[in-house]
This record gives sequence, C-alpha cells and structure tokens, in this order.
Amino acid sequence: MKEFAMIMISAALVNNVILARFLGLCSFMGVTTRIDTAAGMGFATTFVITVSSMADWAVQTYLLDAYGLGFLRTVTFILVIASAVQFTEMTIKKVSPELFQMLGIYLPLITTNCAVLGVALLLVEGHMSFINATLFAFASSLGYSLVMVIFAGLRERLALVQVPRLFAGPPIAFIVAGMLAMAFMGFSGIAAS
Amino acid sequence: MSNAENSNQYSTIVKDGLWDNNGVFSMLLGMCPTMAMTTSATNGFGMGLATAVVMAASSYLVAVFRNQITTEVRIPVYILIVAAMVTLVDLAMNAWMHELYKVLGLFIPLIVSNCLPLARLEAFAAKQPAFPALLDGLFMGLGFTIALTVIGAVREIIGSGTLFADASLLLGNSFKVIEMRLLPADMGVLMMILPPGGFIVTGLLVVVKRVLDLRAGKEIQMAGAHAV
Repeated sequence: MKEFAMIMISAALVNNVILARFLGLCSFMGVTTRIDTAAGMGFATTFVITVSSMADWAVQTYLLDAYGLGFLRTVTFILVIASAVQFTEMTIKKVSPELFQMLGIYLPLITTNCAVLGVALLLVEGHMSFINATLFAFASSLGYSLVMVIFAGLRERLALVQVPRLFAGPPIAFIVAGMLAMAFMGFSGIAAS
Repeated sequence: MSNAENSNQYSTIVKDGLWDNNGVFSMLLGMCPTMAMTTSATNGFGMGLATAVVMAASSYLVAVFRNQITTEVRIPVYILIVAAMVTLVDLAMNAWMHELYKVLGLFIPLIVSNCLPLARLEAFAAKQPAFPALLDGLFMGLGFTIALTVIGAVREIIGSGTLFADASLLLGNSFKVIEMRLLPADMGVLMMILPPGGFIVTGLLVVVKRVLDLRAGKEIQMAGAHAV
C-alpha cells in the first residue's frame, strides 16, 4: 500500500509531468486561457494517458519484447495513442456533446501531446509491473490536470492585469509558469523519485 | 518561374526559418524539448540538430508524395513518416553518438510528438515542390537549433558559469576548443539549470526578440501560444 502511495505522490507532485519533466507544454500554453476548458482538457488527457499507457504496456510486453521488435517502439506507440485518442473522441461525443464542442480542435491534437507518449515511454523504460504502470500513468495525468487548472486560474487573473506591452501574452505566461515551477519544487522533499 | 524569383523565394524561406518566423521565439512550437534539453548549450545544440535532420527528411518525403496522400488520412500519414525518420535518427545516434544519445534520452523518440515538424508539414511541405520543402524543413530546423543553443547558453552561463561544457564528450573531440568557463564555479545560480529557469529564460528571450524586431522597424508578433 505504501509503495502505491509513493508512486502516486511522486508521479503527480514531485516529478510533475508539466513542471518537472517538461511534457505537454503546448497544451499547457495553448488551452489554459479559461478554467473550464483547461479542466475539460485535463479530463480528456487523463483518460487518453491511462488507456493508452495500459495498451502500450501490453504491446511492449507481449509484442515488441516477445518478438524482439524493440526498434519499432516509437512507430507502434504513436499508432496506439492515435487509436486511443480516436476512441476518446467518440466516447466524449456520445457522453457529453457540450464538452466535445468546447474542446473542438484540441481533442484530435492530444495525439501530438508529448505527455501521452512521454508517460508511455517512461513506464516502459522503468520496467514497471502492470499495476504500478497503470497507477503511474493515472497519477501522472492527475498531476497534469492539476497544473493545467491552477495555471488557467492564474492566467484568468493575468488577463485583467496591465502588463508591459513587450511582455504581453506568452512571455509573461512563461515567467508565471516559472514561478509555479518554483512552488512545485517544494514538493521534492516528500518522496524519492 | 525565373531564376531571380526562385532565389528570392529561397532567401525568404531561409530568413523565415532562421529569424522572422522562428519556430521557438515567434511560433512558440516545440516547447517541450526547448525547456527540457536546454540545461546546457551543448545539449540544446544536439537536440536541435536531431530535430533539424528529422524535419528536413520528413518535409522532403511529404512533398514528394504530396499528390498521393489523400487529405482525409494525411495527419496519420505525416505522423508515421515523422515516426519513421525519428526511429532512424534514434538508431543512428545510439550507434554513433552514444554519449549524446544518453543525455537526450527520452526526448529523441519524443520528436514525433513535437508540434514543429508537424506544423511545417501541414503548412508548407503539403503544398510545395520537393526542393523548397526540403529547404524549409532544414532551415526551420536550424532556426530551432539556434534557439535551443541560445537558451541553453544563457541558462548554462548563469547557472554554472560555463559555456559548451562537455562538448568534446558529447559531440566529438574536435569540439574541445569551444569549451569555456566564463564565471568561477561557485558563482552559478542553480535555479537557472532547474526547471523554473527554463520557463523564465525562454520568456525573457521572447521579449528580447520582440525588442530586436522593434529596433529593426518590424511589426512585432503578439500572437503565439495558439498551438497545442
């Protein structure tokens, strides 16, 4: 039990996907202008990361390792992820048409969100068991959603502030993100990575 | 098209890639390796070159096959082409530049999900003949390399006081001459090498580019961060 808790805390907070590992930065900068879109994106990405990581783990163990096809890893993983995204898209369209409308173009683009491929590669390279891998993927994506929502909250405030013209837009957002990353470094004492 | 028009078009492609439409500082694409692999100038340079090779090769291939690829399935086809190129670069680096390969690690396969190559394929290579597409991929990639090297250099100088440290180890012995120590070892501000430094330095450098563009009398681009 303690091991599972450590995996969760370490993946979600200490080695946060966005702020410590620098994965998924495009969506971090792109869809965090409003809290509800950021939360929807976090939700969809959580689903994709968990499902595709489980599938990628199975592919790696039973297909690539079993037949010595390790060099095809990048190509197969991206195909698995693209299918998982397609599946998510169909599910969301069916379950919540409003969310589907809201996410729009960003939904198919989860395929090129490096957090998805990155988490899959990390858990395969860490030689984790299936349960640990699933937990790791789920906790990582929770950490991703958390940071997306926090940053969207910051940017909603930032939009109302008078910023020097040259800093307007992305530059000030980067600097705020740097401060957020500093805050998250405070977690590094909790668990060994 | 006459020769003069041709060379004019080519010089626009080169200028766009290297400065005017720089992938990192203007379009804000491919941020993940930009932040993660710029803890030193050498790492940034290596990461940038690997990306440039992938971009040039995949732009060329997409342009060659642009009439065979149907619009409905173009994105999966692009991703597969990029993934194949990345696999080749991955294997080649593992064989011939093993030290650099170990440092860059995860971020070599992650070139697949870098938005910059895909954005250029969609915006340029899909509609252009093979040679301009090759040129565009190459110079967008080199612009990316320059951006990563500059960010890496700033972070390395402030963070550890060196410039191009370990270049001989990572890139080969002939690069020994560019290794430099600019500040005494205990003057480094560790924060710059840690994740927050990546965000802050990139943000400030985007401002620097805006200032330079203003000085040159150009429109500054306030857009960006529109991509996922």
